[in-house]
Parts: sequence; C-alpha cells; structure tokens
Amino acid sequence: MPLQDLEKIFEDKIENEIKIEPKDWMPDAYRKTNIRQISQHAHSEVVGMLPEGNWISRAPSLKRKAILIAKVQDEAGHGLYLYSSAETLGSSRDEMVADLHSGKAKYSSIFNYPSLTWADMGAIGWLVDGAAILNQVMLCRTSYGPYARAMVRICKEESFHQRQGFESLLVLSRGTDEQKAMCQDAINRWWWPSLMMFGPRDSESTNSDQSMKWKIKRKTNDELRQQFVDMAVMQVKVLGMTLPDPYLKWNEERKHYDFGEINWDEFWNVVKGNGPCNKQRLAARNKAHDEGAWVREAAIAYAEKKSNQNKQEAA
Amino acid sequence: MKIHISKYYYGDIPEEKAGGFQDQKSNVDKNSWPLWEVFVRSKQGLDHKHVGSLHATDPVMAIENARDVYTRRQEGVSIWVVESKFITASNPEEAGELYEPAADKIYRHPTFYELPDEVGHM
Repeated sequence: MPLQDLEKIFEDKIENEIKIEPKDWMPDAYRKTNIRQISQHAHSEVVGMLPEGNWISRAPSLKRKAILIAKVQDEAGHGLYLYSSAETLGSSRDEMVADLHSGKAKYSSIFNYPSLTWADMGAIGWLVDGAAILNQVMLCRTSYGPYARAMVRICKEESFHQRQGFESLLVLSRGTDEQKAMCQDAINRWWWPSLMMFGPRDSESTNSDQSMKWKIKRKTNDELRQQFVDMAVMQVKVLGMTLPDPYLKWNEERKHYDFGEINWDEFWNVVKGNGPCNKQRLAARNKAHDEGAWVREAAIAYAEKKSNQNKQEAA
Repeated sequence: MKIHISKYYYGDIPEEKAGGFQDQKSNVDKNSWPLWEVFVRSKQGLDHKHVGSLHATDPVMAIENARDVYTRRQEGVSIWVVESKFITASNPEEAGELYEPAADKIYRHPTFYELPDEVGHM
C-alpha cells in the first residue's frame, strides 16, 4: 500500500477515535513519541518507589507500613504495565532500563525531591499522586491502545494511593501541634514541585502541537494544572492547612483559582539533573540493578539447565 | 510530512532539554529474559482474557510474576502464560480479505428473518 494511503488510514482512525494497535501502520514520529512518553512514564513509576521506600522501615505503625509496602508494590506493577506497553512498539526492556540508568532517559522530576519527614508520605500521596492521576485519567483515552489499557488498570489502583495519603495527612492535621506543623511543612515543600509536574506553560510552545493532534495527549498542561489547583484548594480546607501561595485567589470571571508563578529556573534545573536527589536516585537504581545481576544470570542458567534436562528425558 | 514536537508534558521531556549524565555506561544485558503474554480468568465461568505481558525465564516464574503483577487485588482465579514468540497474529493490512466476506452475509443473523408476531419469541 502506498505511504499516503497508510497515512490516510492512520489519520482517519485518530479522527474517529479508533485506537491504534501494535501491528497497525503508524508514522515513525508517532511511534517514537509514544515510546519516549511511555518509557518516561514507566521510569517515573520505578524511580517513584525510592522516596517512599525510604520510609517503609520507619513507618509509625504496622498499619501504615503495610499500606506503604502495598503502595510501593503497586508502583512497581505500574512500571511493568507501562514497560510492556512500550515494548509493543518495538523498544526492548533492556534498552529502556539502560537508558534510565545511564541518565539518557528522563523520569518525572518530582522524584528528585527528598522525602524528609513522615508527613511527606501523606503529601506525596495527596499531591503527587493526585497530580499524576489527573494526567493518567486523561491518558486512559490516549490513542495508542496498549498505553490506554495500561492506564485504565493503573487508574483503578491509583485512587487508593491518593486517598491513603490524604487520610494520613488528615490524622496528622488532627494531632499534636508538632504533628500539625509537620503536616503543613510537608504541604509547603511538595506544593510547588507538584504544580511543576504538569510541565511548562502552554504558551511556551510555539509550534504545532502534534501530541494533541494525535490524541496522545487530550488536555494541555495548563488545563490539567488548573484542574489540580481548583481541587487542591478545596481539599486543603478539610485539612485545616494552607497552600504556600499568596496569589491563590478565586477568579469569578474565569470560575477558577488564580495562582502564583512557578519557579521555572528551578524546574529546568531539576530536569537537567541538578535537583536535590537526581544523582542519589540514579545511583540507587544502578546499585539495585548491578547487585541483582547474579540473580538474573542464575535464573537464566537454571532455565537452560531445566530445558536441557527435559530434552534429555525426551530423547 | 514535517513533524516538529516541541511541547513537553509531564512524562515527556524532550531529549535536548535533558542533560546531566548522558555519557555513562550502557549496560544492556546480553541474555535478556523472554517475553510472555498473560491471560487471566477473572472468575469461574468466564474466559481467560489477555491482560498484558511480562518477562520471565521459564513458565513457573512467568506464572508467579503474573500473579504479582496482574492479580494483586484478586483480579483472577486462573492464569495462562504463553511465550510471546509462539503467538501468530493476523495482519491488520489483510483485514479486508479476512473480515469483509462476512459483511454481506446478513442472512447469518436471526434478525434477517421476518416472522409473524404469533410465533412469539424465537
């Protein structure tokens, strides 16, 4: 089939909300954009285990520890769903993991911030997972089938993450003065990095927005960010806490909350590898991978031995 | 077709904006584990349904990993795994030849036949 026809079929599917599936023809750039976005998303889930893993051994109760372990295990699962959907586009797992470990591939910058107190576990659940959910709910309708299906599965599990975080903060917010202060401090530190999770302003983009046209993305950064701010302003009242932004104000005309300017220098600095924990996160990933090498090799050797035994028995 | 992607979303930071640790080692494993497709029966009486894939060295590990990855919340009562390389799939480009012949055989559907109301439900 001539290329123009294939392109036409592809464009028609996008237009008519028909999902693109692995074996369908797709433009190279569509494939590349999806591989990059899905693998970065997978890396974010995997690296996202680190700030929380940090607190498993120091959780204040057995209940909180069990919850945290379940949540971290979910993040590992989410990483796996996503890696396997990226693999349907022809990218190999080893390549993706190697790109993460070499620093070539990016992951969400939010995980380059440290988790300093127990209250951070609550703030991460409420704000970081809350921001991620908005993005992920939108991605349930993304045009690439395997990515959309992985997102549906992830969204089902993600809601527990946000609720447990908020509930954990709620407990602190009703506790001693010290616990209340810890709760407010965690919100203060995680608020701005959470807003950064949605990426640069829409106006930063001067060229055609291919990801929207291809329906990989269905909402712009600023739309999602506004949605997040509007939600958080309501929820923080339940906690009896405040958000660290003096410019936060209801705008009757827009029917949305106005908010202050994000520190974009900080944003790009962290993306470029100069955040508080970039080196530490990559070092932890590399260490785990290197120290697990013997397990991977042993598993292969065992499988080979078994398969040889089976052949001999058959002979 | 000229394509220029310049908008960066959460989870999609373009490479030229990155930086940092670019030139370090690239340690791609030479012997990577094979890929398996996973099918889960959500409850007795229903079909096994494809849920995704994973890597494992052998069938036992594939089942154990599938349990951990795809049934953490009691999503299944039975799991099938099959190495992906053993699956033969139809080619989407041949969809016309494969499926169109069925399109004009409307007499295969019960609604093709008009019967008097007296017959009742049939």
